[in-house]
Amino acid sequence: MLEFLLERANYWAVIVLMMIGLYITFASQNLIKRMVGLGLFQTTICFFYVTLGKVAGGTAPILFGPDAPEHHAPAGEAAGDAHAALDTVLTAGGEAHGRYAELVHTYSNPLPHVLMLTAIVVGVATLSVGLALVVRIREAYGTIESDEIRGIDLETALAQHAEEEKAASEAAA
Amino acid sequence: MIEALYTAAPAWAIQHAAPLLVMVPLFLAPMLALVPSGRIAWLISIIGTTISFLFALILLYLVQTSPVGVVDYEIGRWPVPIGIEYRVDALNAMILLVVTSIGLLASVFSWPTVAAEIRKEKRPFFYSAFMVCFAGLNGVTITGDAFNLFVFLEISSISTYVLVSLGAGRDRRALPAAFNYLIMGTIGASFYIIGIGFLYAATGTLNMGDIASKLPELAGNRSVLAGFAFILVGLGLKAAMWPLHQWLPDAYSYSPSFVTMFLSATATKVALYALIRFLFTVFQPQFAFEQTAFGMLLMPLGIAAMVVCSFQAVFQTDVRRTLAYSSVAQVGYMILGVSLGTTAGLSAGLFHLLNHAMMKGALFMAVAGVVLSYQGTTIRDFAGLGRSAPWTMTAFAIAALSLIGVPLTAGFQSKLQLGFALFDQGLWWAVALVVFSSFLAVIYMGRILEAVFFKPPLNPRKARKEAPVILLVPLWILALANIYFGIAAKFPLDLARSAAAAAFGGEAFLK
Repeated sequence: MLEFLLERANYWAVIVLMMIGLYITFASQNLIKRMVGLGLFQTTICFFYVTLGKVAGGTAPILFGPDAPEHHAPAGEAAGDAHAALDTVLTAGGEAHGRYAELVHTYSNPLPHVLMLTAIVVGVATLSVGLALVVRIREAYGTIESDEIRGIDLETALAQHAEEEKAASEAAA
Repeated sequence: MIEALYTAAPAWAIQHAAPLLVMVPLFLAPMLALVPSGRIAWLISIIGTTISFLFALILLYLVQTSPVGVVDYEIGRWPVPIGIEYRVDALNAMILLVVTSIGLLASVFSWPTVAAEIRKEKRPFFYSAFMVCFAGLNGVTITGDAFNLFVFLEISSISTYVLVSLGAGRDRRALPAAFNYLIMGTIGASFYIIGIGFLYAATGTLNMGDIASKLPELAGNRSVLAGFAFILVGLGLKAAMWPLHQWLPDAYSYSPSFVTMFLSATATKVALYALIRFLFTVFQPQFAFEQTAFGMLLMPLGIAAMVVCSFQAVFQTDVRRTLAYSSVAQVGYMILGVSLGTTAGLSAGLFHLLNHAMMKGALFMAVAGVVLSYQGTTIRDFAGLGRSAPWTMTAFAIAALSLIGVPLTAGFQSKLQLGFALFDQGLWWAVALVVFSSFLAVIYMGRILEAVFFKPPLNPRKARKEAPVILLVPLWILALANIYFGIAAKFPLDLARSAAAAAFGGEAFLK
């Protein structure tokens, strides 16, 4: 049981952090706190992807030692034709072939990290737009508590309605 | 006509049509932000949407004439599945046509409403955000890479939050609406990307066709199931699938008129397209878990949307809010068609998607015309407009009849197809509910039409005038399209049928 839990420690951490983030986003009335919760939620997704890329016993995905390209071919030749170079990288039926089958060291999968670089940029853009909106909301309403904003909106709508009723009855008279 | 365009186009345009469709508006966007005047930005945005529209026509022609029915383009010549691939088949080609043609009409009609509602110094930035949104929606539609789809989804969404919030000049409630949309939209996109993470963990690839070819041997794998659930919820949120639609009515009622019109006709449609792509092409409908999702989840939710949200629409006092709730109900029709899991059901859903883009586009354009000449959007404000603005209101009435589903309009044709598809499955009670929901549409649209044509004006002393010509032309193009495709439905029906066949024919998509 303990082994089951510990083996998946990264997933437990992801689940706990993600739920905390989601809870803050929904339960909090303060708009800044909601943005914090959202940021936590998005960061946890990066965490999830990064742990997916870990290969047991793998090192950082930078070729070194006998695996490094200069041991095999001159750099200019390797960069010459993207298609030919990639054909050797592509795997058929899950088995690596070409020169990448002969790697001496085990490397972690770098792709999820790259994906998360994009996701972080998206997260930053969302956060900045969200905070800019909070600034504008504060200017327009004088508060950043969403229950107070709802109250102000309701009051304005009721006042507007009463005014329209008055205008309509005056027009009828 | 398309053939003439194809022969006139230079070879490079045909060869690179797929990426250029997205790249041209994306590159125009930062240029628009630098333009000093809003009017010049408007003209450039028309050029951008026109170019994209022409590329969409070329792609449609290429898809229809290609022997396999697929146009694919490897970005940077990196071979699939390492590189990102743009892949167009009959399904995307149809959605691209909808998005770009609505985008073109919207950008033509936009200037008077933008000039009235957006502050002068913000206009170039407004058009810049619109171009980014347009490029993002096209990107979501055209890409064949699951992660690339996420990036484009967020590009279009983030610019949408900005566009919605600019409604604050008219009504400050646009700001909380945009904020809530931001929270919900980000959660939706995050759910989608978690789902992609699970699929990546199971298959080790991000190319949709490649995922699809690896999934059959993984049937029953738990991470595939979890990924499916996350993707369904995430894209359902973006597509305003009931009950995940809470962001939509506020966002549509308070944003600038132009934004409401553009979003209602494109944004939820594109998210629905992504959902269909995943349900039918990436995951195959014969998977047991997908049958469960269709029968137990999508069908009840679709039916609930079309009944509950039609009811909610009946009780609204604001025209734009009524139309927003009606939009959620119409998404319900599409989800119902999709949930049948048959070619007939899917093509009915797609056909309705196409028609809904035309009728909601026309309705919101007419509302924008009213907002322009008279600053109100409540049903009371619409009283007596039939006399003072007959051209705007006649187009509004045509689109409203199409929304209800009156014979000889486009809305009738797609509801008929949906009814046929439901009868094929023996779901006569669902047909009855579709008819019932259409009666509710008679009530909520009827309230507005009654005020427009039969009630005296609220305040006769206030001068009201017809909307400007530049607004009336696109409005009437859409309104006449509603009638034309209601009588001669062959062209859109063929589009929808071949799109449904393409969504099912996963073989062409697989490697």
